[in-house]
Amino acid sequence: MRRLMIALSLSLGCFTASLAQDDLLDLLSEEQEEPDTYVEATFKGQRLINGHTVQTRKKGELEFVIAHRFGRINQGIDEFFGLDGANVRFSLEYGLSDRFTVGLGRNSLQKVYDGFTKVKLLKQSAQNPVTMTWFSNMAIRTLENPDFADDDFTSKVSYSHQMLIARKFNDNFSFQFSPTYIHRNKVLENQENAIFALGMGGRYKLSSRVALNVEYFYRLNEEVGDNFKDALGIGIEIETGGHVFHLNFTNARSMNERAFITETDGDFFGGDIHFGFNISRVF
Amino acid sequence: MKLIKSLLILTLTFTFINMNAQDRYLTRSGHIKFFSSAPLEDIEAHNYKALSIVDLSKGQIAVDLLIKAFEFEKKLMQEHFNENYMESGKYPKSTFKGTFDVPAGLKAMEDGTYALDVKGDLSIHGVEKPIDTQATLTVKDGKLEGEVVFKVKVKDYKISIPKVVVRNIAEEVEVTGVFSYEPFKRG
Repeated sequence: MRRLMIALSLSLGCFTASLAQDDLLDLLSEEQEEPDTYVEATFKGQRLINGHTVQTRKKGELEFVIAHRFGRINQGIDEFFGLDGANVRFSLEYGLSDRFTVGLGRNSLQKVYDGFTKVKLLKQSAQNPVTMTWFSNMAIRTLENPDFADDDFTSKVSYSHQMLIARKFNDNFSFQFSPTYIHRNKVLENQENAIFALGMGGRYKLSSRVALNVEYFYRLNEEVGDNFKDALGIGIEIETGGHVFHLNFTNARSMNERAFITETDGDFFGGDIHFGFNISRVF
Repeated sequence: MKLIKSLLILTLTFTFINMNAQDRYLTRSGHIKFFSSAPLEDIEAHNYKALSIVDLSKGQIAVDLLIKAFEFEKKLMQEHFNENYMESGKYPKSTFKGTFDVPAGLKAMEDGTYALDVKGDLSIHGVEKPIDTQATLTVKDGKLEGEVVFKVKVKDYKISIPKVVVRNIAEEVEVTGVFSYEPFKRG
């Protein structure tokens, strides 16, 4: 009986001892919490070409964006392939929290002031397949429109809302859908006040710092006249530290949602292409 | 009587196991700092969630930390650190496992500061390299504190620094670790 007990206690002792981890790293590995799986940097900038991406600024970050769209390339040498005339947009965009960004911008074309808010609703992770960001923008045109008989303040205001939905499929490729609703307070007789559009855009990394961006806004309800086209853009993105540079080719001249989604009149494949760039600096 | 003897043996066996376990000290809140000093800027980041364990009977030490837990003053820098340099999605952890000779005083947990020569393998960015560094363990009132400072060549761990930021990021980064260990008792 005694022998049995000793044998039992010894074997029990050995068994318990073998349970204790011999490799310290294995032991720590068990104690370590799971790394969070939130996906960072679905896109590098808050803009893809013209439209917003799901990206927002982190808390306390201030971004200064300077964007240019020159004239049409097919204007030829007389206009120096469009470079003689430029539309400029400046904006300051600030992260009030990691999920909430506000911005103020000014476009030289039609002298439009715009303000926007962006709210990140969902972050892509092992649990969530996509990142979702709500975007709302209000734009006020300050240049008189001679087509309107009575161009009062209300007539100059328009609103854009987007539910931006993006997924980073792998380190190199991200894709976004941008369902869009735009309301223009005042329009011409052959135009709709409300325009629905579906934006689509992708980013493909060509190297660790250079990416190819493509963006297309498909209007779901068309105007009576066919002088307006869907906005299409293709661009190269270069990222260096706190700067993001975009070299864009697009048939849209404006950089305000209302204008480039509903009032783009260039025929991309007919050569009505505007060269332009976005430069962003984060402070 | 026999039963009592047997119980005594059992108790002794478990006491022995317990004593063995008390040679191990763990922390879940180790502080790792890295500091890069380059012509254009100094960059530092802190990780306050490093796990570390010391085994005083065997003279072993291990560290395990998550790259994503490094905090930078600038969030954009943190994003770049994770995405472009450390690729923390692919390589979420950095680990160290090393050995050292245990001075008799340290083994007995006598108050004092013990300088140790630690040899081991450091794994960063999926690359494991042997390192050899000085560290200290301080015993005071039954508490164990660890400190280590060493340099890491970024290139050794296949972390590439693009030319445009070569004046912003140092080729050699100083790593500091501070650990306040508690006796480790298993679950």
